[in-house]
Amino acid sequence: MMSSLAACGGDSDDESGKDVTLRVNLFGKFGYADLYKQFEKENPGVKIVETAEGDLGKYNTQLTQRIAAGTGAGDVVAIEEGQAVNFLASADKFVNLQDHGANDLKDQYLPWKFEGATTADGSTTIGLGTDVGGLAMCYRRDLFEKAGLPTDREQVAALWPTWDAFIATGQKFQAGMKGQKSKFIDSATNTYNSILMQGADHTYFDKDGELVIESNPAIKTAWDKALEMDEMGISAELKSFSPEWNAGFKNGDFATIACPAWMTGYIKDQAGDANAGKWDIATVPGGAGNWGGSWLAVPEASENQDIAIKLVKFLSSADGQLAAFNAVGNLPSNPTLYDDPALKEATNPYFSDAPVGQLFVAGAANLEPVFLGAKNQPVRDAVENSMRAVENGKRSPSEGWSTAVKDAEKVAG
Amino acid sequence: MHLRDRLARIDIHGAPYFFIAPFFILFGIFGAFPLVYTLWVSLHDWSLLGGNEGWVGLENYSELLADGYFWNSLLNTFAIFLIATIPQLIAALALAQVLNSSLRALTFWRIGVIIPCATSVAAVGIIFTMMFARDFGVVNWLIGLVGVEPIAWNQERLPSWIAIATMVDWRWTGYNALILLAALQAVPKDLYESARLDGASAARQFWSITIPMLRPTLMFVVTVSTIGGIQLFTEPLLFNPGANSITGGDTRQFQTSAMYVVEQAFTGQRFGYAATIAWILFVVIVVVSLVNSLLVRRIRSVD
Repeated sequence: MMSSLAACGGDSDDESGKDVTLRVNLFGKFGYADLYKQFEKENPGVKIVETAEGDLGKYNTQLTQRIAAGTGAGDVVAIEEGQAVNFLASADKFVNLQDHGANDLKDQYLPWKFEGATTADGSTTIGLGTDVGGLAMCYRRDLFEKAGLPTDREQVAALWPTWDAFIATGQKFQAGMKGQKSKFIDSATNTYNSILMQGADHTYFDKDGELVIESNPAIKTAWDKALEMDEMGISAELKSFSPEWNAGFKNGDFATIACPAWMTGYIKDQAGDANAGKWDIATVPGGAGNWGGSWLAVPEASENQDIAIKLVKFLSSADGQLAAFNAVGNLPSNPTLYDDPALKEATNPYFSDAPVGQLFVAGAANLEPVFLGAKNQPVRDAVENSMRAVENGKRSPSEGWSTAVKDAEKVAG
Repeated sequence: MHLRDRLARIDIHGAPYFFIAPFFILFGIFGAFPLVYTLWVSLHDWSLLGGNEGWVGLENYSELLADGYFWNSLLNTFAIFLIATIPQLIAALALAQVLNSSLRALTFWRIGVIIPCATSVAAVGIIFTMMFARDFGVVNWLIGLVGVEPIAWNQERLPSWIAIATMVDWRWTGYNALILLAALQAVPKDLYESARLDGASAARQFWSITIPMLRPTLMFVVTVSTIGGIQLFTEPLLFNPGANSITGGDTRQFQTSAMYVVEQAFTGQRFGYAATIAWILFVVIVVVSLVNSLLVRRIRSVD
């Protein structure tokens, strides 16, 4: 096809026959701008065009649509944690990276990260890992100080070894704020997800794909704990990724937010330069946890598969992951980097020079994989929706729970 | 000679079909085929990525009839449609009357009313969502001036309907006004003159001449508004920004049927079921359009 294009153009330039535009479809921030430049330099004639959708839900919908249609998905796509099982069920829509040397790269990734994008029979791998979402707790030093709480990150971490201690700290915070607008947490839903992802090796679905929302105690525990925070009046009740939530980072509407590594970049963007140094990071209650993280895949429909695979390997390599970490804070899924001083000793000036490398790496090494079913996203949406209805006083907690279960059963089919 | 005759006959009888063929071919490809294919999909268990997973007959349809969320979305759709369309048509008619009189800078005003229609719906959605925001919205500030408590516009049912209807009206009132204006200008002036000679009041002239003369145009405007209203999607979607916007609020208080189609197809990945909703929605539009045209037809013709 390329040669015919060149013939049509009647271009005598030698390079024109090799010109390829690679379209990369991502969500949020992957921090690849410099890596693209490097790749373009090392591969003359290749041009990379990235599209990044800010809203993950919208991205997932579009990606599914385009993968199903077999066109328009681009040459390289990001698959988010919650979508992996879904796409693995249609693994034939993606290039099997095992046919292109993925098995030789296996050791580069946390074992569960590699398995997460590999079919159950082990024969097909559709994506190579980029980051993992090791959890920490981001907090506002200035608001803590106002509320009479310690601000030093070691002392702050000591305030909340458990989620119960976290709630108690929240009450102290709220009392100390004496009726001012700032709340302790942003919303029940984000806290709920953090607790849930720490609680078990699976969430809404067991490994046979059966919906276990009622029989998996981790879900109800996380649900109750999160709504307890709302009842205590320590939640700002803001919907994730809404304009009010975004503005909340800047205006100090909430003093803490459970933050996976990738969220540090988001907070910095939303809170802006004016708030540099007001944020800090401490460990998350209840030990380590994971929220999010992605793989890069090449759709079968891509017309430039070979060079796209090369780009995927390049971006997900140790060097690529480290560059992305430095650019936007995404935590590498390559465990060899965890001993690398460039990662281990990294600090984040925006977050009061918090030792992000140490904080996130400490959690990542102990991460246990959490199995998410193919219909994880719609079930999670249904549960979060119902939780927000409870937060906004539209339903009682028990009505909310029964609606969540009913809706989950409906969407799980 | 025979051949020439035959060619001439084909020319005379066949040419008209040939000339209108492009429309029917395009309609067949982009109109009829999707319609029939959607019907076919709706009779199957069809997952978005996995494709056809087997014939289920009318199972999707019986599930739909018992689906509370579908009826909820239909209620929302019709409520928003009525709240939006009735004031909109009255305002458009009034605007058209004003624009039909001799104003200064008439062209300026006429262009002015169509500008909202030319703005991007995304921009309208974002601006109106900010105006109707609970904490820092200008609408709550305004009603606060007259002592009304702030309203959580996108959390309560009726307020959210009103806010979305406002967005729809902002975009479409001017457009309908221009269409009605064009029809008004086609009304022969001598009808009004003779009515005046007979001593008819302005109101009488309006009801006995203007409205009947506008009947075909009103029918068009009502039908187009109906189709647009029942397919309403973008405005309510943008009114619920952030996570999970497709459900139209935490309790689905303003999820329209078109949104429910998309939710089932792409979040739920149930393509067959989504096709079922789409088909029922199509039937609803046909029925409502027929009812509308019957209603409009009741307007007495001038002759």
